[in-house]
Amino acid sequence: MAAEYSPLGVWAAIVALGALTFGIRGSFIHLFGRIENVPDRAMNALRFVPPAVFAALTVPAFVAPEGSIAVVGNERLVAGLVAAAVTWYLDDVFATIVAGMATLWILRFGV
Amino acid sequence: MSRFRLPAEIRRGVRDVAPLLIGIAPFGLVAGAAAVDAGLTPLQAVGLSVVVFAGASQLAAIDLFGSNAELLVVVLTGVVINLRMLMYSASIAPHFRVLRSAWKSICAYVLTDQAYALSIARYTDAEAELDPRERRHYYLAVGVSLWIVWQCCTILGIAVGARVPDSWGLAFAVPLVFLSLLIPVITTRPKAIAAVVGGSVAVAGDVFAVPLDLGLVIGGLAGVLAGVLADEWLATSAQESDLGGGH
Repeated sequence: MAAEYSPLGVWAAIVALGALTFGIRGSFIHLFGRIENVPDRAMNALRFVPPAVFAALTVPAFVAPEGSIAVVGNERLVAGLVAAAVTWYLDDVFATIVAGMATLWILRFGV
Repeated sequence: MSRFRLPAEIRRGVRDVAPLLIGIAPFGLVAGAAAVDAGLTPLQAVGLSVVVFAGASQLAAIDLFGSNAELLVVVLTGVVINLRMLMYSASIAPHFRVLRSAWKSICAYVLTDQAYALSIARYTDAEAELDPRERRHYYLAVGVSLWIVWQCCTILGIAVGARVPDSWGLAFAVPLVFLSLLIPVITTRPKAIAAVVGGSVAVAGDVFAVPLDLGLVIGGLAGVLAGVLADEWLATSAQESDLGGGH
């Protein structure tokens, strides 16, 4: 729970993230014509942002949910593998969530 | 009596985006529910959704809020996730060149993966030949539709999420959404390497308790670097083998 934050702190983070995100989105839309051309290498590197960042967000949640690597008895890892298989075959966000959550609940509460 | 009709490109944009709206709905529901679950107030949850309007970074921010991460890390992580939008901004900018500054700002605010992908496809469709006004119509029809559905689903998620017991482990839906975003973007070998390195470094960051939860940001950056290096290395080795095969 985010009980340790002051309400102002949370809002400051929201506004800062929003402003920076808007800056990123507007960067070239506003500046086009003022900068000569976009460095190719920088654009090339940005293609790797989604796989790298999404993996960094996902893998620890499945492999090390409590902060250390857990394989045996790790219900989240099993649920993640089932969900990964569903994404692979169906490529559907809703189906992935349903499969992952259902697996977690079956392991946790039994059938 | 003439009936009011929306401009053709607005209707076209709404029609094209409709199937994608079904896809973002569960994502929005999770974003709303997880925000409440992480301890944000409903107003903060709506505020995050309206101010940031970028699903993946919202979910990451929510996840970090939930684990009491440093606020600087929350912001930094969200920014790293949204860096890919620099690429979209640069790519779509020529089409918005003639727009007035206020329109440019509105277009920038609603720039998302989906709005970018659909609009670029429409603009480069040789048979369409759109003028700047039609381009704006199409783009905003897509972008604003996404915005409306996203906000509605987030609010619905906030309302529903507040009634779900903790033992259901609702927060687990967050990594599941990221998983469903991750697998489709692994289309090439360098991208797979970027994912493996990004994921591994992030796990190492957790295991060795890297201060400030920076493992996530470091993992993302390490993954990007690994992807670039792998890309260059694979391209070079492919060239060399081409030359070798020619002689």
